[in-house]
Amino acid sequence: MADLAHLVLQTLDKGPISDTAVTFPDVETGVVHGALNSLAARSMVTYKPIDIEFWTLTPEAEEIVEKGSHEFRLLEEVTKSMEGLKLADVTKVLGAAGKPGQSRAFKNGWIKKDGDKLVSNVSALPEDTTAKDLKTIKETGTLGDAKELGELRKRKLIEKGKKLSYSVEKGPEFALEIKKLETDLTPEMIASGSWKTQTFKPYNFDAEGAVTASGALHPLNKVREEFRQIFFAMGFSEMPTNQFVESGFWNFDTLFVPQQHPARDLQDTFYIKDPVKADEPEDKTYWENIHKVHEEGAYGSIGYRYPWNAEESLRLVLRTHTTAVSSRMLHKLAADPKPARFFSIDRVFRNEAVDATHLAEFHQIEGVIADYDLTLGDLIGFMDRFFTRMGVDKLRFKPAYNPYTEPSMEIFAWHAGLNKWIEIGNSGMFRPEMLESMGLPKDLRVHGFGLSLERPTMIKYKLSNIRELVGHKVNLDFIETNPAVRLDETLV
Amino acid sequence: MPTVGVDKEDLYKALGRSYTTEEFDELCFEFGIELDEDTSQGELPIVNGVQERAQLKIEIPANRYDMLCFEGIARALNIFLGREKLPAYTLTKPEKMIQFVVKPETAQIRQYISCAVLRGITFTPRRYESFIGLQDKLHNNLCRNRTLVSMGTHDLDTIEGPFTYEAVTPTDISFVPLNQTKQMNGEELMQFYDGDKHLGRFLHIIRDSPVYPVVYDAKRRVCSLPPIINSEHSKITLDTKNVLIEVTATDKTKVEIVVNQLVAMFSEYCSEPFTIEPVEIVSPHNGESRITPDISMRETTAEVSYINGCCGFKQTPEELCALLARMSLVAKVNAKDSNLLDVSIPCTRPDILHQCDIMEDAGIAYGFNNLDRTFPGKSGTIGDPFLLNKVSDIVRREVAMTGWSEVLPLILCSHDENFKFLRRKDDGNTAVKLANPKTLEYQVVRTSLLPGMLKTIRENRKHSLPVKIFEVSDVAFKDESLERKSFNQRHWAAVFVGKTSGFETVHGLLDRVMKMLRINWIKESDTGVPGYFIKEANDDTFFPGRAADIFFRLRTDPSKTVKIGSFGILHPEVLEHFEIPGVVGSALEVNIEPFL
Repeated sequence: MADLAHLVLQTLDKGPISDTAVTFPDVETGVVHGALNSLAARSMVTYKPIDIEFWTLTPEAEEIVEKGSHEFRLLEEVTKSMEGLKLADVTKVLGAAGKPGQSRAFKNGWIKKDGDKLVSNVSALPEDTTAKDLKTIKETGTLGDAKELGELRKRKLIEKGKKLSYSVEKGPEFALEIKKLETDLTPEMIASGSWKTQTFKPYNFDAEGAVTASGALHPLNKVREEFRQIFFAMGFSEMPTNQFVESGFWNFDTLFVPQQHPARDLQDTFYIKDPVKADEPEDKTYWENIHKVHEEGAYGSIGYRYPWNAEESLRLVLRTHTTAVSSRMLHKLAADPKPARFFSIDRVFRNEAVDATHLAEFHQIEGVIADYDLTLGDLIGFMDRFFTRMGVDKLRFKPAYNPYTEPSMEIFAWHAGLNKWIEIGNSGMFRPEMLESMGLPKDLRVHGFGLSLERPTMIKYKLSNIRELVGHKVNLDFIETNPAVRLDETLV
Repeated sequence: MPTVGVDKEDLYKALGRSYTTEEFDELCFEFGIELDEDTSQGELPIVNGVQERAQLKIEIPANRYDMLCFEGIARALNIFLGREKLPAYTLTKPEKMIQFVVKPETAQIRQYISCAVLRGITFTPRRYESFIGLQDKLHNNLCRNRTLVSMGTHDLDTIEGPFTYEAVTPTDISFVPLNQTKQMNGEELMQFYDGDKHLGRFLHIIRDSPVYPVVYDAKRRVCSLPPIINSEHSKITLDTKNVLIEVTATDKTKVEIVVNQLVAMFSEYCSEPFTIEPVEIVSPHNGESRITPDISMRETTAEVSYINGCCGFKQTPEELCALLARMSLVAKVNAKDSNLLDVSIPCTRPDILHQCDIMEDAGIAYGFNNLDRTFPGKSGTIGDPFLLNKVSDIVRREVAMTGWSEVLPLILCSHDENFKFLRRKDDGNTAVKLANPKTLEYQVVRTSLLPGMLKTIRENRKHSLPVKIFEVSDVAFKDESLERKSFNQRHWAAVFVGKTSGFETVHGLLDRVMKMLRINWIKESDTGVPGYFIKEANDDTFFPGRAADIFFRLRTDPSKTVKIGSFGILHPEVLEHFEIPGVVGSALEVNIEPFL
């Protein structure tokens, strides 16, 4: 092929090639194309394809070109036998050509019937036009007479074919010698200085780059990190939530959740069988305060007025919310009351039936703001700012019920894509029964809010099944190819 | 949250106007209830040849027992809209008060009872249905499935007082239960309803008690067997005119709440609306002799400055009173102190415990969404990560940067996964075990990250090899010396599986992370030098001769050597247990808490 390429260049040096099929009749089209393509890639030549229709002979027609047409051969036979050719002998003499030769010769008026014999009807042998035309087609691929072409095709003597060839001209980089193209710059080229004269193969900018090997952080943890950064930016300290097992006291009682509350049912909460029972908290005053505020009321509250059971309070549970930790942090804060902001994002457990949107475990995002003279307007205004940072800018608040916050508000966000309000979280002011039991001063009010980490993530990334996001059924490809997270970015 | 279905046409009639679904949804939102469904938006089912009437399904907050029926929802919304005033619930003064004599034996099983009578009631099919519905909702919610409280209602004209509330040996109680034809004793009744879809789940409340609570009339006819069932004899029907309500309980506070809701809601249909005939309870043995129901207002106070301060608005005391009136609370400015409101809480609002509840109602009436959106910016606080999370993040990022993928399996797992599958033994002092899991998948809190990670690999068998995954998260251990008898421990684990074991890869990963944490590789003999070293170990999770323990000497106290983890080629049986065929693998697990 290199030789062909050089041949093409040498030929072109003398003048353009109008048809490669003519110039290089013995080289296959594919080979010609390969040579031209490689030269064109170096801009040494330009070429255009030429489509030509041509006719080829069938094997029958090849035989005609060699031996003459059937009708002509029949006429020869008839003329040879002076007394005529017996009809019965036609096939014997001419074989398969006999029958079509006979009918064509009749049609041409070359022979006639005389009893059971065929005799000549012409004085001299006529010209064998069929054989002549076919010979022309064989040599040139076509025939001037279109009608005759059609006739020969009908007689299944010729078939149409297509031929591809090329016209070639010099390109901008035309030269008689072919330079080697480099694909990449190498240190050797720089060392030798050959990069200055070297020609580089054009890069295919339509192709994808090579796949890079990489590690990946889990998508949900990437969202978690975005939330953490929002919290840090707004002055929140992270709470130590590394405690899955809680007592009923911390998980419920300190939050003024009555002992008969449905959240404490076996249906909703995982209780622990081993170990069996928690110890009372170190702060006995607090323990008694909680007992009293549930059973009799205190701090201006009439309480729930039921016999509070210490055993129930000491039952061990898997924490159902991280608010158990918030409670402990606020209890600590009561030793030195001052404004504070806490947050946590960690796993909580619910003994729920598992379905597409619920697992027995999920991540709770929780924020706590403690300050003097906080107002409900502050909480609402804070939520506005907080959610703006995750790309949600239209919020409204629905009064709700929660045993440990009053007022309690469900947070609804306008979802433009779904064209509806969706609930994204809960918030409220912690009840005085909860805060004053800890020893926090009356005017230090505390806001709390919470949402799940999974729900906004699923909405944002249009996941319909929580198992695609959390747990062992998550697809590793999903983890490895999930893009970086920007909560403030509007995802369409 | 309970959901109450109310007749749509009836409700809009009661509210004096019709609403589009969106308008009604908006009203609910502002008030703090939630329109769950408007059944007219779908195909209404045809029951017994009649198309069902359109219903609004409304979710009610769990503390609003006064809104668990049509009557309560209509009343609360009408008052909220300013169309109605709070009704004046009144006790009548009957010539001869019906008496309920409580026997001391009831203290063994269900000691409290509270009763009332509704006279001249007019039921319609929908009112009757609502009356039954309210009892169901109360039973399911406040009454904790009848364990705390249960109620029975009777056609007073079929029975006569004085009534007695007793506790009797089951076999001595004999009556025809509601909607039955056969007379049965207490024991037979338990057998009869055992497995009953509706009542079966309540039997346990008294089943094993030597005595069952029972209400008799003057002629020793059984009225009810609380908390299971009423008698057929005293059954109320659409034609019943006089209704006796008896509520029994183990909870002294809730028994009154329940009877109050029933009478407040349905006295509306009495010949003299909102009047209730009281009943005398004679119960000297436990000091519970009294007249019931007590529908008097509870008098309390609320500070104007507190309400304004918490809500973040500036309302005059009078304006606050007007706001509270819309929430069914009767408030007046205190005659002596204009910063004080005297608030009367109706018997329908037992959810009001503290002035914060009054404050919330003022906020709702004002409209949460009408409040100025301010920002709590007065006090500067500083944001800080929890140190353990900070160190975890360093490890996570370093491991990911070396080309490993982070996974997030569950924390709960089966006992086998945590022990047997890893070829480990449960010594009984290690894992926290759950008492009431719904599935075998959640039996223990994991003590190792490996089960979840190996399950992740099992679910990703189609992934190209090698698989390199890691996790940094908590496990939990038992510790009897702690208040909550357990503590979390932050672990880092990595698992490699592929056509080669990856033992050296995992070893190299450990070295890399230690280097990034500025923990030097030392020799065991370097006593007193901070750093880490590894030592061949026998660990059943790993292949013999291809397992090592990781030891650590703290920078602050290098005299101590602690084992912080181990790594090795995973034992073939471990891979088999987790159904990971055709590959070999290595794993590493380290407690990172000493690195703090």
